Amino acid sequence: MTPALELCGVDKRFGATPILNGVSLTVEAGERHAIIGPNGAGKSTLFNVVSGALAPTRGSIRLHGHEIAGLPPYAINRRGLARSFQVTNIFPRLSVFENLRCAALWPLGHRYCFWRKVDALRDAREAASSTLERIGLASRRDVPAAVLTYAEQRALEVGITIVGGARVILLDEPTAGMSRVEADRIVALIRAVSEGRTLVIVEHDMSVVFGLADRVSVLVHGEVLATDTPARIRDARAVQEAYLGTLPDA
Amino acid sequence: MSEAAIVAHGAAGRRTWNRGAMVALVGLLLVLPHIPGLASDFARSLLTQMGIAAVFALSFNVLFGQTGLLSFGHAVYFGMGGYAAIHAMRAINHGFPLPMVLVPLAGAAGGLACGLVLGALTTRRAGTIFALISLGVGELFYAAAFMLPRFFGGEEGISASRTRGSFDLGIPLATQLDVYYVVVAWGLVAAALMYAFQSTPVGRMCNAVRDNPQRAQFVGYSTTRVRFIAFAVAAMFAGLAGGLHAVNYEIVAADALGAQRSGAVLIMAYIGGCAYFAGPVLGAIAITWLSSSLSSYTPAWQLYLGVFFIVMILYAPEGIAGLLLRHRAATRPSRGGWARAAAASVPLLLIAAGAIVIVEMGYRLSTQAELGTRMRVLWIGLDAASAWPWVLATIAFAVGAIALPRVLRSSSGAPGEAS
Repeated sequence: MTPALELCGVDKRFGATPILNGVSLTVEAGERHAIIGPNGAGKSTLFNVVSGALAPTRGSIRLHGHEIAGLPPYAINRRGLARSFQVTNIFPRLSVFENLRCAALWPLGHRYCFWRKVDALRDAREAASSTLERIGLASRRDVPAAVLTYAEQRALEVGITIVGGARVILLDEPTAGMSRVEADRIVALIRAVSEGRTLVIVEHDMSVVFGLADRVSVLVHGEVLATDTPARIRDARAVQEAYLGTLPDA
Repeated sequence: MSEAAIVAHGAAGRRTWNRGAMVALVGLLLVLPHIPGLASDFARSLLTQMGIAAVFALSFNVLFGQTGLLSFGHAVYFGMGGYAAIHAMRAINHGFPLPMVLVPLAGAAGGLACGLVLGALTTRRAGTIFALISLGVGELFYAAAFMLPRFFGGEEGISASRTRGSFDLGIPLATQLDVYYVVVAWGLVAAALMYAFQSTPVGRMCNAVRDNPQRAQFVGYSTTRVRFIAFAVAAMFAGLAGGLHAVNYEIVAADALGAQRSGAVLIMAYIGGCAYFAGPVLGAIAITWLSSSLSSYTPAWQLYLGVFFIVMILYAPEGIAGLLLRHRAATRPSRGGWARAAAASVPLLLIAAGAIVIVEMGYRLSTQAELGTRMRVLWIGLDAASAWPWVLATIAFAVGAIALPRVLRSSSGAPGEAS
């Protein structure tokens, strides 16, 4: 079976500074894959390169077997990959519902349609409404996203990422800055929505990582140090030295 | 933008026109030119100009309010629509079988054609780069208008007759009243279409691209393409407005696509309130009225217009539409908005009266010395050569300026400004 995501020798440099050094990584379809590593290891850059925010300097990235390296973000999204952001990235003046509906339009095939009313699109309305329920913001449906609390905005961030039904989902620190209760709710949501899909998640909270992931990759200095099951990663000495021994935040 | 303004905008976005208000509006527009005081050709011409400006300002706001693109050259599409329309009128004058009332469609086609070509070039970038490119395109077309006189007619422009054609569908376009009704009809069609565009999928994505272009890309949309579509739509309706302009004046000259008109439409949209669909219409009415009426009272009208614009930007960035909605909120019992406004109005009137007297006397002395120094300002006879009016006006201004912040502070519990 073709892997959902396959990185091969991916380099990313900013000028002379190497951020990613020959990253090779295989994420199987249907797998929940966590990426951990100390601050500055290149986790967010890796996400940016995979999702098209940045073009890799070198290397190949395949999404379900199709080369996507260097494509613009919207082209990669249309091939079934959606991502969230570490820093909340929503449409602040649109209502919560409108945020979700906008994110559902392209995947449902409404594209650049200017001859139909958006309110008449039942599928988009239903996708937005059901996601609204799932992320627990039904009571905040019509307020502008800018006035949501931080935790609510993080939930909306995840909602925008999943509403389109993408087969591969990249989540960049979805629980960052959340209280324990809020984080637990988001993790339960992530577990539910990633059922039957492929999930790649960057996370600092080790309890989230070890509870959620099928496999874990450790990224240090722009290189993949190890990829294995959570249990073996926890036991690996090299990983402990590189990362777990000096737990940075979390 | 403050939180309250965001909430207000969200609420305004969903406030839908109900049918009764719509019928009332159409009825008002139909009887307006027959109301005593508005039944003259001058007033009807002014109403016609307002209608044209309203369509133009609405088209500008498709770019600005809806998509977040600030253009300093939107008059290019107004002007090119106008030229397309005036050439169509000339063709009709020479026997081309098209009724004159459909000429604005030629304007829309001209604006759309220019929008498609120039939009493809200019919408690759947003923000400051887009604004600067639009400025350059505006200058380019203005210069071209003098370099290509066969199409643009140079300084005199191109003229045509709106009454000479092979058939007219029973709408002769002979009087100013005829033209007014044609402008109203096209204006309502254009406004309805632009309103509908807002609530299409791509219209909604224009808002999304305005709010957060990066995120829009990650939900599958090319921001360049969304901006391009908004640009083409805006150019088409600007062209329609230009076509109405051609029908109204029977002449189109280089000023139709110049920087002054581009600046005026920006001011209209901003003063009216670009976060509201109807805002630019209010701005178009206010600015058209000010620039035609105020100019008959005072030579300093442009100065007042400039001060008005600055005051609006500083103290009411949500525009006239926002002020109206804010005052609705202020009438609720929980808020002391009316009391505060009443208390502040006294020092504000002092400031305004003092400033107006000084400005008018200064203008008289420096630009209209031949009229003498005796004059009437604000219904008061005075002599600009004597020191007393100057002293009193300065005192009035100073007292108002000192009292205003104190009045505002004492009449409201909460500190801070009215934003």
